[in-house]
Amino acid sequence: MLPRLIKRQAPSKAMVFLSPILALLLTLLASVVLFLIMGVSPSAALHAFFVEPISSIYGLTELMVKATPLILIGVALSLGFRAGVWNIGAEGQLILGGIFGGSTALFFYEKTGFYIIPLILIMGIIGGMLWAGIVAFLKTRFNANEILTSLMLSYVAALLLNLLIHGPLKDPDGFNFPESRLFSDSALLPILYDGTRLHLGAVIALFFVGIGWILLSRTLLGYQIKVMGDAPAAGEHAGFSHSKIIWTTLLISGGAAGLAGAIEVSGPIGQLLPNISPGYGFAAIIVAYVGRLHPLGVLFAALLLALSYLGGETAQMKLNLPVAVTGVFQGLLLFFLLACDVLIQYKIRTSKKSESTFAPAVKSSIKSTSEVK
Amino acid sequence: MIKKILTSVAIATCLSAAGIANAETKVGFVYVGPIGDHGWSYQHDQGRLALEKELDVKTSYVESVPEGADAERVIRQMAADGNEVIFTTSFGYMNPTLKVAKKYPKVKFEHATGYKRSANVGTYSGRFYEGRAILGTIAGKMTKSNIIGYVASFPIPEVIRGIDAMTIAARKVNPDVTVKVVWVNSWFDPGKEGDAAKALIDQGADIITQHTDSPAPLQVAEKRGVYGFGQASDMKKFAPKAQLTAIIDDWAPYYIERVKAVMDGSWESDDTWDGLKAGMVVMAPYGDAVPEDVREMADKVKASIIDGSFHPFQGPIKNQKGEIVVKEGETISDGDLSKLDWYVEGVDGTIPK
Repeated sequence: MLPRLIKRQAPSKAMVFLSPILALLLTLLASVVLFLIMGVSPSAALHAFFVEPISSIYGLTELMVKATPLILIGVALSLGFRAGVWNIGAEGQLILGGIFGGSTALFFYEKTGFYIIPLILIMGIIGGMLWAGIVAFLKTRFNANEILTSLMLSYVAALLLNLLIHGPLKDPDGFNFPESRLFSDSALLPILYDGTRLHLGAVIALFFVGIGWILLSRTLLGYQIKVMGDAPAAGEHAGFSHSKIIWTTLLISGGAAGLAGAIEVSGPIGQLLPNISPGYGFAAIIVAYVGRLHPLGVLFAALLLALSYLGGETAQMKLNLPVAVTGVFQGLLLFFLLACDVLIQYKIRTSKKSESTFAPAVKSSIKSTSEVK
Repeated sequence: MIKKILTSVAIATCLSAAGIANAETKVGFVYVGPIGDHGWSYQHDQGRLALEKELDVKTSYVESVPEGADAERVIRQMAADGNEVIFTTSFGYMNPTLKVAKKYPKVKFEHATGYKRSANVGTYSGRFYEGRAILGTIAGKMTKSNIIGYVASFPIPEVIRGIDAMTIAARKVNPDVTVKVVWVNSWFDPGKEGDAAKALIDQGADIITQHTDSPAPLQVAEKRGVYGFGQASDMKKFAPKAQLTAIIDDWAPYYIERVKAVMDGSWESDDTWDGLKAGMVVMAPYGDAVPEDVREMADKVKASIIDGSFHPFQGPIKNQKGEIVVKEGETISDGDLSKLDWYVEGVDGTIPK
């Protein structure tokens, strides 16, 4: 008889929280095996991956620079995911934020003023909200699946950025190369620690973790989000408006992604390029889940994922490991996390008497992960 | 087990902290694609390997580095690690390279295909358009449909130069040729590149050429029974029948020369733009399908470019409206070539703005 998955009566609360840590340990174990197969000393590889990148103050600041967009988007996406609103298109919202913020920076080229940077950030938020607003409108008005619309709009956003970079936003002295001018100093985010790239955006991201936490645990909106995600029928019975939750969560996640985009272009990049994000909007989905859809968890998950990118680079420089190792590591982490979640929610039975089959079991597993408070 | 890992990590920390001093010159490379792209990044890595063989140096590289906020971190890390010269091999690394160079004035930087230089940042690129003129000659002679399909990456001068050089050369031997261009807005995206090649073949192209980094367009040509050219490296193994020849970027001599200059202290920032003559651009052996008379013609074009008696951009050259823009006896200067932004007669469509 094939083994079947049967839902546990009450999954262990402790295990639900421990599952990411367990998954991380299993990932480390699996990478040790991987390194041994590749003929690399596991201790040297793990050291290059996880210790060396953060063994200096500069390394720590770079970690924070890399994690900043992941934190911002990850926290905001968790709110939506908790409410059962699946915004997969944060990448597109980030790009729109970059376009809006970057255009503002270029508009004030060679001008000074204290208002320029706040304006760039606000325009970034507006850009991201606008893009997510399309998704919310299509969802509430036509019941269009937000997974599809938000994802497809990401591609539209990337092409829109390309169009603008090749056209009106192109550097007039740039030999037709697809890049904007370098922003003036007045449009660059202030650096917090001299000699590094640690910028104001990092503080905003940490601040946002706090806001997300309070919003979720201390406000009526947070309560509504949780109820609508867990039991939509009960929520509507209680008089909560479903479309209001869709609009709110999409606007929050779109705004945060747009802010992240504006921060990236006016922070570490300093100009508009055809590719302003190496997929932060998509990576943030992993971050949100590894962080258990909790703002504080997201913070740690974002730092972990950022470390895996930095570590991948160090491993390449020091040990000549291929870049694919970074991808394998991230894939293993997600695989073990999902595997742990399934085994925490379900037990394996080989008897014939099981009533539940695998397919519905997995479906409700996804739901029960979002029940975790 | 966990304890074991932690202990080994701790030991490794001590080991690396102790450090092993050596006098070897360290050289760093930053690649935009995976070294397995069998095109642009692959060839730069071949140059790195040749350098390591030739000189007593220690090289390291990072592949698939996005041209955004990440590039600066990688380049800076390489400088901090004691690399004396760092080759950043994609256009998008221009500003990050300059930013890092400012912080590390003693480290030399070499940026491929860019136009900004400083005291410790030099630039280099190949005159790939010379190779395109040879491709154009072969394509013009061998096309039956008189339509050449061109899979292009970004509408920057570098790519437009290739399109123009190929078109001029093809129409010289066959005035009925038109060149159709599809932009994929990427340097490396095998799926998109292949789709573009399919679309061009569906529109009647029986010769495919590309200015992207993967062998995908050539593989499509092989499958559909049309001809094509390898790009950046000899791609014969991906398309043994379809590849007529290939433009090979040979960076090895340049890398060896520049690193030698760094080692003996004679390195100075400059702009290098070498072609067939210097051996930075090399042509792959002709495919079996290329007939003898076409080989002779192509060889003649190559020889005349090398001895300087012919320039791929010498007049008369007409623009798309059919007006003569470069008169007989004149040649487009290097300065104008470096910012070329218009199509010659025979190219179908307009440049995306």
